[in-house]
Amino acid sequence: MTSRIGPARIRVPEQAKKGDIVDIRTMVEHPNESGFRHDNMGKPIPRHIVTSFNCTYNGREVFSATLHPAVSTNPFMTFCLRVVETGDLVFTWKDDQGGVTTATQKLTVV
Amino acid sequence: MQSPDRKKHGIHDIHDIHGIHVASRRRALGALVAGACLLAVRPAAATPDELAAALRETFGDRKIQKGRVKLELPRLAENGNVVPALVSVESPMTEQDYVSAIHIFSEKNPLPRILEMRLGPHNGRATVSARIRMAGTQQVLAVAEMNDGSLWSTAVDIDVTVSSCT
Repeated sequence: MTSRIGPARIRVPEQAKKGDIVDIRTMVEHPNESGFRHDNMGKPIPRHIVTSFNCTYNGREVFSATLHPAVSTNPFMTFCLRVVETGDLVFTWKDDQGGVTTATQKLTVV
Repeated sequence: MQSPDRKKHGIHDIHDIHGIHVASRRRALGALVAGACLLAVRPAAATPDELAAALRETFGDRKIQKGRVKLELPRLAENGNVVPALVSVESPMTEQDYVSAIHIFSEKNPLPRILEMRLGPHNGRATVSARIRMAGTQQVLAVAEMNDGSLWSTAVDIDVTVSSCT
């Protein structure tokens, strides 16, 4: 059985001033099965985890991460970003079974 | 408290009619015990040696200094499956001086590596957080890699009530 990846939930302020540092909160729905658990018959449950995450800001990578099995179900991460211009933030998660989710959020400089 | 043997006989005597039910329950119990044995045989935790090996593999022979990194974890985590971790590093985050990566390691999880996050001057502040799994009471290590290649770290103790099968 393959589980689908996503949807993702992002929290980014819609508007910010140039030079502001904003908090970006990200989460993707994913079982993130570690591969170390056994079912109630003692059979190992196969690993299925999100392995990489990245965020681009107008096409330029501003944050990326490599995830190991010790990241909780529904991987949640936050980071900061210095606002320089109006543009799109694109978030991408990839899992070890070829699953991909992307989310886009517009950030407007006022 | 009855001894397991007497209890077993008791079930047979009184609930012979439910023989099938008892047997299936016993099978399930057997599987549970087998599972527990498997867990006991398999090296279930990264030893400090494995952590040292992972650090060497990641950072080579570079010296890891103490300081500049703050790792916030709950002192007591009731549920090891979801432990909030907040890492902040003292850095101006300018083009000349910034944190290029933050790594989180465990000394007791089945795998020593937990998470690696790469950042740069465009982040403005070297503060990141994530939710991680902890397989038992242990020490968690956060290492920050600077753009000049220097490494800074902190280690924090955490008590875990119900450990995660990471």
